[in-house]
Amino acid sequence: MSKRKKAQTSHQMGQGPGGGSMLMMGQKAKDFKGTLRRLLGYLKPRRYQLTAVFVAAILSTIFMIVGPKIMGTAITELFEGAYGKFQGIPGAAIDFTKIGQILLLLAGLYVFSSLFSYLQQYIMSSVAQKTVYDLREDVNEKLGRLPLKYFDGRSNGETLSRVTNDIDTIGSTLQQSLTQFITSIVTIVGIIIMMLSISPILTLIAVISLPVSMFAIGPILKRSQKHFADQQRTLGQLNGHIEEIYTGHQVVKSFGHEKKALEQFDTVNEELYAAGRKAQFISGIIMPIMFFIGNISYVIISVVGGILVTQRAITIGDIQAFITYSKQFTQPITQTANIANIIQATVAAAERVFELLDEEEEKKEVTTESLLRAQGAVTFEHVDFGYGEDLLIKDMNINVAPGQTVAIVGPTGAGKTTMINLLMRFYELNGGKIKIDGHDTRKMSRRDLRKSFGMVLQDTWLFNGTIKDNLAYGKDGAADEEIYAAARAAHADHFIRTLPDGYETVLNEEASNISQGQKQLLTIARAILANPPIMILDEATSSVDTRTEIFIQQAMNRLLEGRTSFVIAHRLSTIKDADLILVMNEGKVIEQGTHLELLEENGFYADLYNSQFSEKTAG
Amino acid sequence: MIKILKHLSVYKWIILAVLGLVFVQSMAELFLPTLMADIVDNGVVIGDTPYIWKIGGLMLVVSAIGALASVIASYYSSNAAMGLGRDIRRKVFSHVEKFSLQEFDEVGTSSLITRTTNDITQIQQVVIMMLRMVVSAPIMLVGGIIMAVSKDAELSLIMVVTMPVLIGSILFIFKKGMPLFQTVQKRLDRLNLVLRENLTGIRVIRAFNREPQEKVRLKKANKELTDVSIKVNKVMAFMMPVMMLVMNLTVVSIIWFGGIRIDNGAMQIGDLMAFIQYVMQIMFALVMASMMFVMVPRAAVSAKRINEVLDMKPAFLDEGKLKADREQGTLEFEHVTFSYPGAEEPALTNISFKARRGEVTAIIGGTGSGKSTLVNLIPRFYEVTSGCIRVNGVDIREAPQSEIRSKIGFVPQKAMLFTGSIAENIRFGKPNASQDEIEHAARIAQAEDFIQLMKDGYESEIEQGGSNLSGGQKQRLSIARALVRKPDLYIFDDSFSALDFKTDAKLRQALKDETKDATVLLVAQRISTVVDADRIIVLENGRIAGIGTHQVLIETNDVYREIALSQLSEEEIA
Repeated sequence: MSKRKKAQTSHQMGQGPGGGSMLMMGQKAKDFKGTLRRLLGYLKPRRYQLTAVFVAAILSTIFMIVGPKIMGTAITELFEGAYGKFQGIPGAAIDFTKIGQILLLLAGLYVFSSLFSYLQQYIMSSVAQKTVYDLREDVNEKLGRLPLKYFDGRSNGETLSRVTNDIDTIGSTLQQSLTQFITSIVTIVGIIIMMLSISPILTLIAVISLPVSMFAIGPILKRSQKHFADQQRTLGQLNGHIEEIYTGHQVVKSFGHEKKALEQFDTVNEELYAAGRKAQFISGIIMPIMFFIGNISYVIISVVGGILVTQRAITIGDIQAFITYSKQFTQPITQTANIANIIQATVAAAERVFELLDEEEEKKEVTTESLLRAQGAVTFEHVDFGYGEDLLIKDMNINVAPGQTVAIVGPTGAGKTTMINLLMRFYELNGGKIKIDGHDTRKMSRRDLRKSFGMVLQDTWLFNGTIKDNLAYGKDGAADEEIYAAARAAHADHFIRTLPDGYETVLNEEASNISQGQKQLLTIARAILANPPIMILDEATSSVDTRTEIFIQQAMNRLLEGRTSFVIAHRLSTIKDADLILVMNEGKVIEQGTHLELLEENGFYADLYNSQFSEKTAG
Repeated sequence: MIKILKHLSVYKWIILAVLGLVFVQSMAELFLPTLMADIVDNGVVIGDTPYIWKIGGLMLVVSAIGALASVIASYYSSNAAMGLGRDIRRKVFSHVEKFSLQEFDEVGTSSLITRTTNDITQIQQVVIMMLRMVVSAPIMLVGGIIMAVSKDAELSLIMVVTMPVLIGSILFIFKKGMPLFQTVQKRLDRLNLVLRENLTGIRVIRAFNREPQEKVRLKKANKELTDVSIKVNKVMAFMMPVMMLVMNLTVVSIIWFGGIRIDNGAMQIGDLMAFIQYVMQIMFALVMASMMFVMVPRAAVSAKRINEVLDMKPAFLDEGKLKADREQGTLEFEHVTFSYPGAEEPALTNISFKARRGEVTAIIGGTGSGKSTLVNLIPRFYEVTSGCIRVNGVDIREAPQSEIRSKIGFVPQKAMLFTGSIAENIRFGKPNASQDEIEHAARIAQAEDFIQLMKDGYESEIEQGGSNLSGGQKQRLSIARALVRKPDLYIFDDSFSALDFKTDAKLRQALKDETKDATVLLVAQRISTVVDADRIIVLENGRIAGIGTHQVLIETNDVYREIALSQLSEEEIA
């Protein structure tokens, strides 16, 4: 069930579990004021609706607060009539016409109060959600303008959490806490005024119970925070252990460690029990203590109020009203305390979102040169590049003629994606130039540049949609015939047609309804359809069966025909036939040349080649 | 849900105590308005100040008793709820430890993890809430009704009208809201999906210049979510106002009808005031009770998921008694066929071979050809469907699983390490291994160099999942862990994949000496890893497509040649 819902229900519980959420430790924002101001900026377009919300909230609260006082006069009226009658005073009777009038007024007030309260929530739901919508749109736009450096620098989970959880927090705060905050404050002020109007002495009694309860609860809260932290920590430990043992199940079993794992589990589980017990107990006694203090003031109010009535200082109805007020008094106070925390957390969330919005964007495009259909000549001139301070590539010069093949080789993790990042201008160069057909890539639009490239990587990215849409990804408005032709060229047509819905088959979320090899064929077909003059290709096909692998290779060969290509090479034949080999290690291009040249150099490449293939040449 | 709550029976006395204490607390709470009514009727009306003080004192005592009762109740209820969580967690964990890989496949590892962690925490939380608040709701409800009726039975009739209205409207709003909440969840998932696709596919999206189209997709998902969220909030906006209105109008009508009854002399003014408070308490209890409708279904889903795990029986039992020591260092497959449960086709069909002491047997084949399945049968992670497997000359079903596994040094495909030091991780293979043995194993596994470069050497800590090591380093440690056991049978399930060619070659060289008294089973992708094996088994679609040495296979076996061709060029094969 949704998070939204949880927030909603805890709101309905109102005074119920107040104690629990008071424990919420809000994260602090670095720049509270600035962030808050910026967040309020998002509300600005809806300021009229917001004003309406506030007016409705205030009216609803005022009507609600006046209620008990009016009810009190009804009870007094009742009491005095009944008392008179009881005393046998002639002519004394309960004045039902008057009581009826009062009660009608009261009923009217309550109806209006509820009506305004509904109105307020009704308007607020679109205010809150539309604000969240704007915020999300801004983030989405921003994501489109961020450089790859941003995405490579942090986990997708982190970015996702900013866009979903953090924005969600802002949404539910706007939906509930903001108006709650206002009604709480109006309630507190209103109740104090009403109470004062009844009896200053009783008001004093009621108000004194506040610091008393704060005083009593303060130390408990502190201790319980400590125990909650303990509980959270041990829970984390336990979950970590469970995760580790379950994912390592095969290993645990093959080495016969079940018993030890269970022992370890038991220790942490007991610790969690001990910590959780304390945390829950202490948080559980906050409510009774608050109730008790509330009851003490209730008793004192009853007693003192009773005496005041006997002295005719106040009326009996006033006590009834006062008791109602004093009971209503604690709720908005704990609520404001909560909301203070919630607002802290919200501003912290907003700050994280704004941080993302303030990230440095991709360099502005210069479009002095345009490239319609490249021939495919690629030149590196004195290229310097590094992800951080250190340069990985220094003064690199290569010259690739149209139709030539460049093989990129090196051990796993040697940083072969760096080449892709540079060619596609996912990253900016530190120095030098990359030219396509003699045009500096920095002087053309990214769109023109990327149109010249096709990309088939080992990480086959497909999206949740039909196969047809996935294939047409590289070419807007491609005709069905073109799509089928591309699929045929990539040896994908046959397997697609064996699927239940053929080309209309919807790939599921992880695209797990087709195999890894089939996914690779689809990405090849996608590239064939896009028909770019330059290809970047990763040959790795590690997890497919042999037959699919052969299909993939044939499809790749077809894809490379007549194109300039950069191949992350795994097959010796590709490497040997390449016009240029770039040998990479630890992120750097350490050697470059043809197969024979590199063997002659007797360096890293020669070493790599010999260790991999020497035995066979002997055998 | 009920089944899970049965675990509470251990705590039945505690829970009875909690119930009793909650009862005391509720009674105290209910008693207060009556006492206040006495103050009004017998004290205020007559002007008897000492009486007011006396009853006031009594009220203090009563509320102190109430508070005390609920503090003790809180103590016991936290014990019971946390104890319940602890017990179920332990039960699930130890049960899961008995599972074979078959059950893991069926439920899925990540699902098992959530079931053991989040789901149980969820149940625990609900039990706390129930013991703390929901339990008191019915008591307050019944108590409140009794008190109200005892004050004035006829006036209580008002509740007969208003209570159904209150419950009805709460349920109605929930009924309207629930489906909308589900839609919200669905659209939220959709937005997350599109967003995640945009993050994982960023390179492809930019390479194909698809940013504008993706933006439209995101916008649509965003808009849809916003629309339904507004709708749901508008429905839920009814909740509080309606509840307040019903309660307030109830009070208004009580005063009106109560007034009439006072006029008739059937009721006293103090009683009316107490009555109003009782009705408020009853209504509040009702609202609490309606919370059950929200909480219980959620917990029931969790309970169901936990029960599914507890109800799963391991697919086969560990009943063997023999010792596995007849023919040391041998492994034999005899007409082994294996099907995954529910699969139409067997994953392995009629596999037979025998590996002797000092021999290396390699298995090669494409993905899905059954290589990993084959090795996973040997430590009896799965049960053969027919045929038999012998380790050291003994059928693995006739010896205890622990006995068979103690003869095997298993290196899984995915190097899985545990939190702890490097030495502890290697010692995982042999709990009483000496430092010398550990270092020796590390040396053979080509792990010594990088271990010595680490700050604390063998005492360096490995983080969860081994995230502070590279893939190749993890693989080497996982090999060392198997070596330190000095087993009769080594199983390497594609365990060299993350090593560079040089280390791979060095490691295989060092292994030769180490494993001469044992038999080695080697699953591989690279031809270069298997060329030296005494026997290469070529698997295709779960069947043996060929068996023999590299030289023989390259000439006689089409499948093998296909694989070789994809990796080497013609001249190297010859």
